[in-house]
Amino acid sequence: MEQDTITAISTPIGEGAIAIVRLSGDEAFAIANRVFQGKDIYEVDSHTIHYGNVVDSKTNELVEEVMMTVMRAPKTFTREDIIEINCHGGMVSVNRVLQLVLREGARLAEPGEFTKRAFLNGRIDLSQAEAVMDLIRAKTDKAMNVALKQMDGRLSGLIRQLRQELIETVAHVEVNIDYPEYDDVEEMTHEVLVEKATHVKKEVQKILQTAKQGKILREGIATAIIGRPNVGKSSLLNKLAHENKAIVTEVPGTTRDVIEEYVNVRGVPLRLIDTAGIRETEDIVEKIGVDRSRQALKDADLILLVLNGNEEFTKEDAALFEAAEGMDVIALVNKTDLDQQIDMNQVKHVAGGSPVVTTSLLQEEGIDELEEAIANTFFEGELESADLTYVSNVRHIQLLEQAESALDDALNGIEMDMPLDLVQIDITRSWELLGEIIGDNVHESLIDQLFSQFCLGK
Amino acid sequence: MYNAGQYDVIVVGAGHAGVEAGLAAAKRGAKTLMLTLNLDLIAFMPCNPSIGGPAKGVVVREIDALGGQMGKTIDKTHIQMRLLNTSKGPAVRALRAQADKVLYQQEMKKVIENQENLTLRQGMVDQLFVEDGAVKGVLTETKAAYYAPTVIVTTGTFMRGKVLIGDIEYESGPNNQRSTVKLSEQLEELGFDIVRFKTGTPPRVNSHTIDYTKTEQQPGDEVPRAFSYETTEFITDQIPCWLTYTGEFTHQIIDENLGRSAMYSGAERGTGPRYCPSIEDKIVRFHDKPRHQIFLEPEGRDTEEVYVQGLSTSLPEDIQKRLLETIPGLEKADMMRAGYAIEYDAVVPTQLWPTLETKKVDGLFTAGQINGTSGYEEAGGQGIVAGINAAAKSLDKEPLILDRSEAYIGVMIDDLVTKGTNEPYRLLTSRAEYRLLLRHDNADLRLTDIGYKMDVVTEERYERFTRKKNLIDQEVKRLKSHIIKPNEDVQNLLHELGGSPLKDGVRASDLLRRPEIKYDHIKQLIPNDETLPEDVEEQVEIIVKYEGYIEKSMQQVDKMRKMDNKRIPEHINYDDIQGIATEAREKLKKVQPLSVGQASRISGVNPSDISILLVYIEQGVRSQASNE
Ligand SMILES: Nc1nc2c(ncn2[C@@H]2O[C@H](COP(=O)(O)OP(=O)(O)OP(=O)(O)O)[C@@H](O)[C@H]2O)c(=O)[nH]1
Ligand SMILES: [Mg+2]
Repeated sequence: MEQDTITAISTPIGEGAIAIVRLSGDEAFAIANRVFQGKDIYEVDSHTIHYGNVVDSKTNELVEEVMMTVMRAPKTFTREDIIEINCHGGMVSVNRVLQLVLREGARLAEPGEFTKRAFLNGRIDLSQAEAVMDLIRAKTDKAMNVALKQMDGRLSGLIRQLRQELIETVAHVEVNIDYPEYDDVEEMTHEVLVEKATHVKKEVQKILQTAKQGKILREGIATAIIGRPNVGKSSLLNKLAHENKAIVTEVPGTTRDVIEEYVNVRGVPLRLIDTAGIRETEDIVEKIGVDRSRQALKDADLILLVLNGNEEFTKEDAALFEAAEGMDVIALVNKTDLDQQIDMNQVKHVAGGSPVVTTSLLQEEGIDELEEAIANTFFEGELESADLTYVSNVRHIQLLEQAESALDDALNGIEMDMPLDLVQIDITRSWELLGEIIGDNVHESLIDQLFSQFCLGK
Repeated sequence: MYNAGQYDVIVVGAGHAGVEAGLAAAKRGAKTLMLTLNLDLIAFMPCNPSIGGPAKGVVVREIDALGGQMGKTIDKTHIQMRLLNTSKGPAVRALRAQADKVLYQQEMKKVIENQENLTLRQGMVDQLFVEDGAVKGVLTETKAAYYAPTVIVTTGTFMRGKVLIGDIEYESGPNNQRSTVKLSEQLEELGFDIVRFKTGTPPRVNSHTIDYTKTEQQPGDEVPRAFSYETTEFITDQIPCWLTYTGEFTHQIIDENLGRSAMYSGAERGTGPRYCPSIEDKIVRFHDKPRHQIFLEPEGRDTEEVYVQGLSTSLPEDIQKRLLETIPGLEKADMMRAGYAIEYDAVVPTQLWPTLETKKVDGLFTAGQINGTSGYEEAGGQGIVAGINAAAKSLDKEPLILDRSEAYIGVMIDDLVTKGTNEPYRLLTSRAEYRLLLRHDNADLRLTDIGYKMDVVTEERYERFTRKKNLIDQEVKRLKSHIIKPNEDVQNLLHELGGSPLKDGVRASDLLRRPEIKYDHIKQLIPNDETLPEDVEEQVEIIVKYEGYIEKSMQQVDKMRKMDNKRIPEHINYDDIQGIATEAREKLKKVQPLSVGQASRISGVNPSDISILLVYIEQGVRSQASNE
């Protein structure tokens, strides 16, 4: 099967210091050779790394100093020849490298296309493919663990157990149907069925509850930093990121657009969103920024609401609290190194149950407390327990939800006094749906169960 | 060798598959010849004298809806009839009849003798004529050469049949008939994969020597019922069966003599079915069970022979006698025939197309136990399909392939040709994904139309069916549109039945969905001008009451059909498809599924293989489109 050579930046944009341009396909080595000044790719051993320069062959201009990883088919992720160009020089130069290989004949990969190839070339099965996709997108070590756990089958172990319970129940219903004359197999009753279905449903719900946490781990908790202009929002972002990402000035209205940054606070992955200070403004550019801030606020999982302790609590501050009503909010009273004008009682009152932390970002005070408040909001002690199994995959969540509703249907059917052989349809359905998660859906196993559980026949 | 005649279809064998095959082919207009070893043993029941049961009983009705004979004959010749699973839902109800074995055979023979287009001859077929990969006819032991473009082999358990009782074994078909050796050898020479299966029967005892006082009576139903939609006369004097149990001593004797059982003596043996285990199997596999049920089933009206159902065994004769002595009621029973196990050759059914034509030899069909199934009903179901399709092939008409949502017969054939079987295959309701659609009460609604198109259902019957169907549709429509107001009648009725009173008017159909309401109640409240036949009322009730479930099943069927409609190109080369797992590739090459749906049902073919197959077919389609 002839396939073109695909390429993409394989580390998420803006994350970490190293970005990789990956190439996969028959032409990968040829393309790499055309842009690389260093060793001949065709000559080197597989699975080795080489230092050299990427040079624009047209202009002879040096684009980037790189490390080039060479992996020969078939022992690669996609079972095709793979080149990985490790770039250090930030997004601009990574982009130039990418442009270059595209110009040399590679095609920009569609999202997940490497995995799809790995899958199409028989390197991985469907359920793994999905876990690998999550793996690629994993934003923090924690999320990486989730993806790994999923691959090593803890989730599938749990699901197998639930399926076994369901199938034993179904087999019992079936035996009553297919062998009605066997009076020594007791009749399955509605009561027993309710008990079983309810139990499995609860377990499915438990798994689903962790799913939300799983999603958060994978994508990062969308965290909006909001506040009036000049209260210290960009300073907060920089402090949490341990890096000067956002521009900080004494001029109110400095940040005019939304800036995003991934940070890891005590194991909680945050997608920090610094916003333009929210105020009524005539400046068009700032106005657009303010609108975006409002949008960011709506989409956020967590709000860091910054107040200036050096000023009185204003109507605008109150309006921000109102806008964040019903969401997870942590209030920061900043600039504690300056004279305190703000009425803390009023702040606590307005904040309701939300935590209020006082900081001086300038003097790096109160940051520990803030980090603790963030961790507490998401972990509540529970998330870290070792044996929790997360589902972090949209498809799996969907299947679990369908299985749950199939069990609901079964319970409703029982309530409606429907015959067991009809109720059984929904129970079998939930068994099948759970099976789809772990890629196991062999109908024959019901019949195996039937004959191993009961002694039947003439 | 002499030329004994030219036919359109030749059926080899006149068991339960052969009978339906021959009749269906003849009805479809094919000049048909039926050849069988012994004209006195047509549609013989070597195992239990009973027809029907869950799933199987539905098959009998399906055969009937397709114009077949099994239902009609058992309706005329049974000694007892019961409707099973009456306490359960409509999807799993089924009839079972105890047969008068001799009458059943006689009746079948008569029907065949009187069927137009059908010739019945006695003869042992030794050889198939095969030229250029296509069947041309058959040669009998007595050197009669019959010619036809299609041949249906329905030789049951006769192929290299071998009877086993303890350490005694001899070449034989069931009931000491001659086994067929040469045919089996030829199939092997033609390249067919053959498996060795086994099954067994229990001893038969003389009724006079049974002490029935120690057993429980199992009478037939009082309400007369029938399998066939055409039956109008019902048998009223029924004969009961009897129930007794094995016990501690039975099990002890088996334990002690297990080494003397043909099946446990260590010799390499064919695979027996799990659902029809010998008593030895039961004791070994479920050692803790203190007792097993034994049903005593009379073999007919004019015989004293009683079939000891549940005691199937291949233990030596002397041990069988001792076993009987331990069973209440059978202590003094005179064993008229000993039980035995029988081993036989079966054709691996994945070598068949869903029409039951073999892939290896054009025009050659196989049906029944030769395809690895067990049971008279399973055989009959395949027989009728093979008969219809062989006739189709000869006469250049449309073939019949039933899908999994249309009939248990469709489920069975799809299972056989797609998955194969590693033990004698028995239909169970649990094998059907859509059993709510495959009810015994709607077999006619599902299949009469199809049978009519296949020319095996008469004009008269088709008209009757259309009338029934219209009545059902009209009444369902009426109930869906008629609003029942909360008047005194309704409220009183609901009160009486323990239901909650109506607050507003409801559609009659919604009221009928309440658990406490039956169609009869609705009829009381809003009488129909026309008195509807009982079977119409029954359908209306089921259709309305279980509409939600039926709809859900239909949605799944739509999904299945979508996959079944994705045809796999005829000359696909699975070796060209990269990334398919080796096991899946081998299976696909062997089964040669006609559709992606069928491919997805092959065990060992995973969803990822199907995705790849889909991508591959899609690729082919796309590249073809771009070439054009
Ligand atoms: N004294 C003092 N100054 C601070 C503190 N935190 C931030 N600042 C100063 O406040 C000014 C505004 O800080 P920024 O982080 O740019 O504020 P901002 O909320 O992002 O402002 P806009 O983007 O303009 O809305 C800068 O001069 C900071 O140095 C603090 O804790 N103490
Ligand atoms: Mg700012």
